[in-house]
Amino acid sequence: MSFWRKLACVLLMLTLGASAAANWLAPAGYAKQYREATDAPPSRDHWLGTDEIGRDRFARVLYGTRISLMLAPAAALLSTLMAAFIGGLAGYLGGAWARMAMAMTDLFLSLPWLFLLITARALMPLNVSPLVSVVVTFLLLGLLGWTAAARVLCASAASLRASDFVRQARAAGLPGQRLFWVHVVPNLKPVLYAQFWISIPVFILSEANLGILGLGVAEPMPSWGSLLRELEGLVSVREEPWKFVPLILLVIVVTSFQLLLSKQEEVAA
Amino acid sequence: MRGLKWKLAGNALSLLVTVLLGGMLSATLVRLAPGFNADERELDPHLSAESVQALRNARHQDGNIFHFYFSYMQRAASGDLGTSLALGQPVRTLLRERIPLTLRLLTMGLALAWILTIALSLSAAWLRLSIYDTVTTAVSGALLCIPAAVLALLSVLWSVPGSLAIALIVFPRSYRYARNLLVKAYSRPHIIAARAKGLGESRILFWHVVPVVAPQLLAVAGVSVSVAVGAAIPVEALCGLPGIGQLAWQAALARDLPLLVNITIMVTLVTLLANSGADVIGSMVRGSETRQEA
Repeated sequence: MSFWRKLACVLLMLTLGASAAANWLAPAGYAKQYREATDAPPSRDHWLGTDEIGRDRFARVLYGTRISLMLAPAAALLSTLMAAFIGGLAGYLGGAWARMAMAMTDLFLSLPWLFLLITARALMPLNVSPLVSVVVTFLLLGLLGWTAAARVLCASAASLRASDFVRQARAAGLPGQRLFWVHVVPNLKPVLYAQFWISIPVFILSEANLGILGLGVAEPMPSWGSLLRELEGLVSVREEPWKFVPLILLVIVVTSFQLLLSKQEEVAA
Repeated sequence: MRGLKWKLAGNALSLLVTVLLGGMLSATLVRLAPGFNADERELDPHLSAESVQALRNARHQDGNIFHFYFSYMQRAASGDLGTSLALGQPVRTLLRERIPLTLRLLTMGLALAWILTIALSLSAAWLRLSIYDTVTTAVSGALLCIPAAVLALLSVLWSVPGSLAIALIVFPRSYRYARNLLVKAYSRPHIIAARAKGLGESRILFWHVVPVVAPQLLAVAGVSVSVAVGAAIPVEALCGLPGIGQLAWQAALARDLPLLVNITIMVTLVTLLANSGADVIGSMVRGSETRQEA
């Protein structure tokens, strides 16, 4: 493992550890308001200052990191499973099934990702409880993010279908369902793992975009997207540099994922 | 030539089918969305019972999904795209007012992104300096890790034009592919031989490299249009630019679904046209290259 990959691994572990220990590091929670110290600069009591309604920014960053880092993999798992089912099955069945599934995939792929997301998000009620908004946001990411992975999985399953061992198994009279689950799916695992890991940073960034646009996780629940909304209306970087901490953390985490995933991308391609 | 005609016909057919399917899907989603059959105006105490009933009757015809979709298509064919629920203006007028700004923004952004992409990937392929390659790859990689909306916010903070934000969103995606294509093309044996024989760099580029990489670069260019259209939403919304992206964002926040359906169909058409155009031009370039080789 190269130095940069080791560093990325350490940074990811540190971020994960800190967000997991949020209850211990910031026992007051993310929603507690310190009304005597609204929009305060960093101090001994509030390491990253407070927001405009007096909530501790450090606590919100920790809890927001936890939400983003827990739910992005969940959304990635959902999208990978959907891609495996739609793409894998289409590639395995071939013919009209594959053409139909890929036509549907192309339809989704032809729409710009962020555009599709805000349209789908707008179809859901916007005035929902914070917890429901978290679930809706990441569920949407999972439900809409399967298309590119399905294309790759369809191609991989199609090549497996034409492989010698599958032909031999079919000639030996193995039933189609057993052939798919016992021989095709296990051979798709490397591609599935790669697609799962690649989706995580994509979903983290997508949630951040939705959050900044006001279509993500609802207040008072923090997420990287809602924390980054604070950058709106900032007059200069020097004025309140601590407001950039969520952005720096997000860039560090996504960069670490990219560094760790460079080999996975080769597998997925 | 016959192959090209078939390709054109195939692309036109897939365009038509996708638009119809996309429109149908959008209409279905609009129909199934919570609050489809509700109108806040009904809560207005100033309205009489007759006015409330008239509002309900106006909505009632949209209750059937097929009626909703076919009446939409019928109206769209005559240029009537309906009325925005939130803004109370004809969708057609709203789109006509905002399309020029978005087109300008996207054209400028894409041009800047591709100038940067070609310049940096060509220089990376020519120079073959590992430090230069590392720096450009690191910069494009870092840009990939920043959310598009943050780049839009930073462009407001540093008072740079929105088109630069679009360019910085598109550039890292196109650079990765363009750099790999050009580096691979320059390491082909016949190009190394041409260099060894002392052929000029511009001749090598235009006679031996461009014909090889052009079809794939065109495909990437087609995809970059889709990326740029997507980037228009945060850039226009956060930079206060009244274009199609901002209109889509406002429609999403106000849950103005008729407006969103129209914008969705329009955006699908634009991205499909860009991809089909890139595909057809790529085939033409490939065809002329094959003829030259023959």
